[in-house]
Amino acid sequence: MQLYLPIADIPVNVFLILAMGAAVGFVSGMFGIGGGFLMTPLLIFVGIAPAVAVASVASHIAASSFSGALTYWRRRAIDPALAVVLLTGGTVGTALGVWTFTVLRSLGQLDLMIALSYVVLLTTVGGLMFWEGLRAILRIRRGVAVSIRRSGAHGWIHGLPLKMRFKRSKIYLSVIPVVVVGIVIGFIGAVMGIGGGFILIPIMIYLLRVPTSTVIGTSMVLTLVTMLFATMLHALTNHLVDAVLALILMVGGVTGAQFGARAGQKIRGEHLRLLLGLLILAVGIRFAIELVIRPDDLFTIRETGGGG
Amino acid sequence: MTVRASLAVVAAVLGLGAAVVAPPAQAERLIASVSNHRVTVTPNYSGEELVLFGSVEKDKFTPANRTSYDLVVTVSGPRADMVTRRKERKFGIWINTDYRQFLQVPSYLALFANRPFDAIAPPEVERRQQLGLNNVLLTQRVGPDYADVVPNDAFRSAFVRLRSEHGLYREDTSAVTFLTPTLFRTGIPLPAAVPIGTYHVEIKLFFDGALVTRTETAFEIVKVGFEQFVANTARVNGFGYGLVTAFMALMTGWMASIVFRKD
Repeated sequence: MQLYLPIADIPVNVFLILAMGAAVGFVSGMFGIGGGFLMTPLLIFVGIAPAVAVASVASHIAASSFSGALTYWRRRAIDPALAVVLLTGGTVGTALGVWTFTVLRSLGQLDLMIALSYVVLLTTVGGLMFWEGLRAILRIRRGVAVSIRRSGAHGWIHGLPLKMRFKRSKIYLSVIPVVVVGIVIGFIGAVMGIGGGFILIPIMIYLLRVPTSTVIGTSMVLTLVTMLFATMLHALTNHLVDAVLALILMVGGVTGAQFGARAGQKIRGEHLRLLLGLLILAVGIRFAIELVIRPDDLFTIRETGGGG
Repeated sequence: MTVRASLAVVAAVLGLGAAVVAPPAQAERLIASVSNHRVTVTPNYSGEELVLFGSVEKDKFTPANRTSYDLVVTVSGPRADMVTRRKERKFGIWINTDYRQFLQVPSYLALFANRPFDAIAPPEVERRQQLGLNNVLLTQRVGPDYADVVPNDAFRSAFVRLRSEHGLYREDTSAVTFLTPTLFRTGIPLPAAVPIGTYHVEIKLFFDGALVTRTETAFEIVKVGFEQFVANTARVNGFGYGLVTAFMALMTGWMASIVFRKD
C-alpha cells in the first residue's frame, strides 16, 4: 500500500516503514535503547532526506521512550532529581543542536555532518562495546570472577563542587558533570536524530557511577524530554517533522519493542553487549564506506524556496 | 435588392480592411486544450498523463503551400530557486564544495515536438524560441553575476540531468502527433513527485523554420486531502504542528504501555 508522506514529499510503502519500525523496535526493546541510531540511517537508505529523517525520528523516539519511562516509573526505577538536573543540560543542548542543524542545512553541509558524526560516534561506541563484551565473555570462559568496582571517591569528577544528594540513586555527586552530560546528549540527539541512550547509559554507569537500578529509567526520561523538545524545535524552525511518517514508525516501534524486550531477557548480558556493539559498529562502518567511495552522482539539487 | 447588395459591398470592404490591418502571420490560428485543467494529487497518486490536443485553423489568407506544420509544446511548472552542489574528494571523503544557484527556474519543464528541434528550425531560431532543454533559459547566479551559461556547463547539465532522472524535466521530439495535417495531440506525463502549482503550456507553430503563431493554456496541480492539510499546517503553524506531533508521540507511547502492560 503506497502512502504519500506530506513532508518527506515522497510516496512510500506503508508496510515497509511499519516493518522497519517494528524491526528497530525489536532491537531497541532487546537492548533497552531508543533505536534512533538505526532508524535514522534506515530511513535515509530508503530515500527519505536526512534532514526529514532526523526530525521525524525524534518524535518516534519520544513515543517509545515514553512507553518505557511509564513502565520504569511504575517500578520506581526513575530518579526524579537526577532526571531534572540532566534535563536542564538536555534542553540547552537540544536547542544548541537544532540551531546547529539549521545553520549546517543552509550551508549545504548537513548531510555530511550527519554522516560524519555517525561514523565517529558509532564506530567508537560500537567498538568499545564490542571489545568490552568480548572481554567479559573471555573472562567468564576462563572462570575469572567479574568484579564491578563501584567504590566512591573516584577521580576528578567526584572532586567537583556543587554537590547534590540524589536520594533514589543513593549517590552524592556534583551537578556540573550531570548538566554537561545532559548538554552533550541533547546536542547529539538533535543533530543526529538519535535518543542517545546507547551513549548516555555507559556514561552514567561508568563516569557518574549511577546504580544500574535507576540508570535506564532515568536515561529514558532524559531521552523523552529532549526528543519532545527536539520535535517541537524542528517543527518550529525547519518544518521538517513528518507526522505521518512518525506515526507509522511509532506504531511499528512500540509493538516491536515489546517482543524485543522478551527476547532480550533470554540472552545473557555480555552477549547482548557484544551483539549491540557489533550492530552499532556495522552501522558506523556503513556510513564510513558511503563517505569514502565515490558517489554515483557528484551533483545534488536542493530547492531553496522562492516559488513564483 | 439594391440595399442588400450595397450591404454586401460594405461588408466586403470592412472585411478587406480588417485583413489589411492584420499582419499576414495571423493567417493561422491555434486552438488547444488540455484534458484536465485541475489535476488533484491524492494520497495514492502515482503519476498521471494529461492530454493536450488542438488544431490549426486556417483561413483564406493562409498561403496554399502551407500543408504540413511543426509544433513545439513547452510545459513549465511553478518557478523556484534551486541550488546545485558538487561533491569533491577532500581529506579522503566526498564532500559538497562548489555550488551554483539557479534563480526562478521551472520546477517542472517538458518540451515536446513532432520532430527533432534542429529539423524544425535553424539554430538561431532554436535559441531565440528556447527550443529544447539545451536552449531553455536557466538563470544562474555566479558570484555577483546573473546569467545563463553554455549548455555544456557542468552545473547546468548536471541540473538538467538530475531533474530529468526524476521525470521533472523532459524532452521528447516525437511526442506530438499530427492526426490530420491540422489536428494534433500530445501527452503530458506528470510524475508522482510533481510540484504543485500553476503550469503554463505554450504551443508554438512553425512552418519552414519560422514561427507562425503561438498560443497558451494552463492547468493547475493541487494536492488535496489529509497530507496537503498536514503539509500546510507544518509550514504555516509550526508550533501547533509540533505540539500535536509531540502529543501524538505521548499518546502512542502511553497506549503501548497500557496494551502491553505485564505487571
